[in-house]
Amino acid sequence: MSAVFRGVRGFAAFWWDFIVGDDWRIAVGVVLALFATWGLTAAGVPAWWLMPVAGLTILTLSVGLAVRAHDRVQGQRRQ
Amino acid sequence: MNDVLLIAAVFLACVVEAVEALTIVLAAGLSRGWRSAMQGVGAGIVVLALIVAALGPALSVIPIAWLRVLVGGLLLMFGLGWLRKAILRASGYQQLHDEDSIFATQVESARAAGRSGAGLVTDWYAFTLSFKGVVLEGLEVVFIVLTAGSNQGSIPLAVVGAAGAVIVVTVAGILVRAPLARVPENTLKFAVSVLLTSFGIFWAAEGVGVQWPGEDFALLGVLAAVAATATILTAVLRRGSTTTTATHETELAT
Repeated sequence: MSAVFRGVRGFAAFWWDFIVGDDWRIAVGVVLALFATWGLTAAGVPAWWLMPVAGLTILTLSVGLAVRAHDRVQGQRRQ
Repeated sequence: MNDVLLIAAVFLACVVEAVEALTIVLAAGLSRGWRSAMQGVGAGIVVLALIVAALGPALSVIPIAWLRVLVGGLLLMFGLGWLRKAILRASGYQQLHDEDSIFATQVESARAAGRSGAGLVTDWYAFTLSFKGVVLEGLEVVFIVLTAGSNQGSIPLAVVGAAGAVIVVTVAGILVRAPLARVPENTLKFAVSVLLTSFGIFWAAEGVGVQWPGEDFALLGVLAAVAATATILTAVLRRGSTTTTATHETELAT
């Protein structure tokens, strides 16, 4: 593997980790919420509430999934 | 009001990153010598300054609505990621960030590594360790300063917050000459991520055309909602984690 390719891959991996982080679903959820808010606003529907609700729902779901994964691993270790 | 919150967010975020960078630089300097470690810090600062010089003016060319969607969206992803980690750490589901243990590991690796140098740099290991620490932690600071500053229309204001944090941490590091383990880093990260998430929600929504009721004051409402949700989630999970541990201990005892 060339040094250039390794450098590009490392750079891309850094930014992926930096922005997307541990749970890619957060990034996908944010993009979907932005599109939904834009769609409602463009249709003339007041949508100021949507981003806070979406943001907090994404957070709760992501934390919940992390806790479930943690509990599953702990349960397997105990067996 | 939003300017005060902006400076607070940038200051706290930069304290967190500066403490992490300081741990790495101290490990390099104390175990390998200060000359190459400080050359690494200098080179890292030059790279960060070049990135700011290149990206700062580029961001000011983007139309404000696009900038708010892009920056607000990125800040929201970044803030939610940090907040998730902060909640999991505070509730005991993820290990706390421990500067003392990170410092010990870095020092051990630094002492074990061989020594080679070229030109002005007498020790490449110390140089590279410091350089990477400053650039990687500094990039997060640059990202927050540029995005938050440009969105609020005041990069200099964000720079003031960042520079204040770097000066405070550097002076503390020089005085203590040890990792700043007493800084409540996890609590700071919790507070910063609440602020970043709130700014992200506020700006991203404005970028896609939302009119906030109460205009700029709506940010306080968003901030309160994010802080309350994060606190409740932490409290609920902490109780769950204690119950699980207690049940496991009872199972082991019987």
